[in-house]
Amino acid sequence: MTALPITARGFGWTHSGRARPALSGLDLRIEAGERVLLAGASGAGKSTLLHAIAGVLPEESGDSRGSLLVGDAPPAAARGVAGLVLQDPDSQVILARVGDDVAFGMENLGVPADRIPGRVREALETVGLPVDAAHPTRALSGGQKQRLAIAGVLAMDPGVIVLDEPTANLDPAAVPAVRDAVLAAQARSGATMVVVEHRLEIWADHVDRMIVLGTDGVVADGAPETVLGDAALRSLLEGAGLWLPGTAVPCLRTGAGRASGSGGAPAVSGRAVPGSGAGGLPSPGEVLLTAEEVAVARTGGPPVAVVSAEVRSGRALALTGPNGAGKSTAALTLAGLLPEASGAARASESLLAGPRRPRSAQPSRWRSRALVTRIGMVFQEAEHQFLRHTVADELGFGPHRAGWAKSRIAERVEELLTRLRLTELAQAHPQTLSGGEKRRLSVACMLAAAPQVLVVDEPTFGQDALTWRELAAMFAEELDGGRAVVAVTHDEAFATALGADRLEFSACGRGCAGDRSAQDGSAQDGSARGGTAARNEGTPHV
Amino acid sequence: MSEALTHSAGSAGRARSFSGEAAAPVQDLLVPLRRQTPVSRANPVAKLAAVVVLMLGVLLSIDLVSAGVMFALLAVIAVPASGLDVGALIRRLWFLPVAALLAGWATAIMAEKTGAVLLDLGPYLVTTDSLSAGAAITLRALALALPGVCVAATTDPTDLADALVQHLRLPERFVLSALAAARLVTLFVEEWKTLVLARRTRGIGADSPLGRVRALVPLAFALLVQAIRRGTRLAMAMEGRGFGTRARTWSRISRFHARDAWLVAGACVFSALSIGAAVVAGAWRLILT
Repeated sequence: MTALPITARGFGWTHSGRARPALSGLDLRIEAGERVLLAGASGAGKSTLLHAIAGVLPEESGDSRGSLLVGDAPPAAARGVAGLVLQDPDSQVILARVGDDVAFGMENLGVPADRIPGRVREALETVGLPVDAAHPTRALSGGQKQRLAIAGVLAMDPGVIVLDEPTANLDPAAVPAVRDAVLAAQARSGATMVVVEHRLEIWADHVDRMIVLGTDGVVADGAPETVLGDAALRSLLEGAGLWLPGTAVPCLRTGAGRASGSGGAPAVSGRAVPGSGAGGLPSPGEVLLTAEEVAVARTGGPPVAVVSAEVRSGRALALTGPNGAGKSTAALTLAGLLPEASGAARASESLLAGPRRPRSAQPSRWRSRALVTRIGMVFQEAEHQFLRHTVADELGFGPHRAGWAKSRIAERVEELLTRLRLTELAQAHPQTLSGGEKRRLSVACMLAAAPQVLVVDEPTFGQDALTWRELAAMFAEELDGGRAVVAVTHDEAFATALGADRLEFSACGRGCAGDRSAQDGSAQDGSARGGTAARNEGTPHV
Repeated sequence: MSEALTHSAGSAGRARSFSGEAAAPVQDLLVPLRRQTPVSRANPVAKLAAVVVLMLGVLLSIDLVSAGVMFALLAVIAVPASGLDVGALIRRLWFLPVAALLAGWATAIMAEKTGAVLLDLGPYLVTTDSLSAGAAITLRALALALPGVCVAATTDPTDLADALVQHLRLPERFVLSALAAARLVTLFVEEWKTLVLARRTRGIGADSPLGRVRALVPLAFALLVQAIRRGTRLAMAMEGRGFGTRARTWSRISRFHARDAWLVAGACVFSALSIGAAVVAGAWRLILT
């Protein structure tokens, strides 16, 4: 299919049940075959515009104004002409086998059956996923799943390809391959391409044009170097929470893991860092939690890693390494949520002290009411943790479970609402918040009952620069207050900002994580054969 | 990163991969499939037809002989022919024979007490006739369950969906949506486990058996919320690929082969043998008469 232009004239959209329109009065013309990076603050209506172009905004789900044309037809009539790639890899896999999944779009468009297999192969090759058509889709990694979705769209021979933050849920190592797959698919089909992304550096060098949406329509529009070269626009974009290429990332705390300022983006600057000779490293506090050769495993699963680590007051520990190496499982175990497969994590005397003192030193054996005031955890997907109907209730829940007095809870909730800029949302339902707000709330919930150890799983995933800075500052403050942070993270800048010690996980083949025999083996066996070994070497004193 | 930390992944106990993948089953839906056989490869529609025929063979009469013959035929011929891992079948579905035995025991106690008394424990009175009625129920339950288990474990959901639409003319929109949604079920199992852990970290862990039971309703609700979110996104992804726009083509053609005819014929023979044996033995008791 030949590439199609996109024309918006006074286009607007209001989701039903909302007073404020998601988009209003948008005038825009995107030429056929153009590659466009669409940016803007969260809430500017970027996703709504993409969904509208792809024709997947159901008429009954809101009110439309003005006109939006793909080619010379409204998008709903031309559904399938614009291929859509979404953010979450798991929700876009449609069928169980790779070949079937790529064929799905073509079948829907009525492509003759004999032409489908050839186009499937071609599309998979273009996106760099040369696997067998019968390969199971569930065995693909997140980045591979995204490339699969791109292949599925490419095979449809679309006039327009729209992508909604296609790399936001991936670890940084997987991002370039997915971006290249998108570019290859665009080059192959010649389709008009619109990609939404708040990390501008991923796309800035690869698109023809950058459009910035504000709450009142287009704020900036032009070649990326023009838009990014304009100082006034740059500060506007920064204020909107966008990640600009070369943005300074603050180093809030010093530590062993501090990166040097040159080389990769983003560069490090910010608060003055005492030189190593000045003896400026914060002295590591006392040990709160120790794990010595602990084998970690999911509920009912075989051991996936063996971990030795010390969690110390006032220090951050970053769990790093490739996906599937057992980082999250290790974090859940340190947080006392999963029982150890062998060995034991042990809490120190100062972590055990206090009301509802647990009898065992092993956090996985504590009652949940004892856990909530000692070790807190934030999951990768914030939604999993919300239990109440309002933000204020949510914040008061942990302290309530810990048995705090009413007045003390009210005080604490007030304090957290202010500190996390959630005061206006105190009565809102947690599930209705934006992504950044949900993340801030989930962290605030963890802090509420004042645990000494804070365990977080990819806290900065998919967050805009504003939320990122807030989160980094908040954790730095908690560290200054003597708490310990354990963070599973692919975000080098985040680990650096906290001056974190590193606990590196090395991956092994898929076979070892899924092997059945590990389950039957003794605990000792599991530890010897566990998929991953990681050792925390701690901080060298300089 | 500073020099001092580059060695932080110590050499001690480095990862060693297992070579366990060679023994992996061809497919693992309900019970692992060890090898493909003509039965496992049969067209899903033929398998469904065979199941219906087999069920008629055991459902028409409640007697020990027809149920016993059918169960023996299935256990000795059908299950091995399906290519399923019999050990895993018993390990994973142990509750089926247990439930069948319980149903049989209940029948033996409740049924009419004619014939010689075998066991008399006050309220528990078992006679020869009531025991044979109980045994008939146990065997019948097993003979009913086995074909269904074999079909469920050997049939790829995608093949089933293709066959249902192409041969039985079921509505494609419905069948394909159900197929895509079924894939999310495995995600929900993971999600459930995560939700349990997330509650514990908020201070309402299931510390006691009672707590675990009380947590079921809120957990189910939280899972429902997640299911709707995921379902909505999946629907959007499907529509984004033109689902439901125009006349659809099928790149996978569901075909019938000779083995499909043999499978249905085999099922007819099994049913005929079990009914015939019951009639010859004089045990045949047609239901509803």
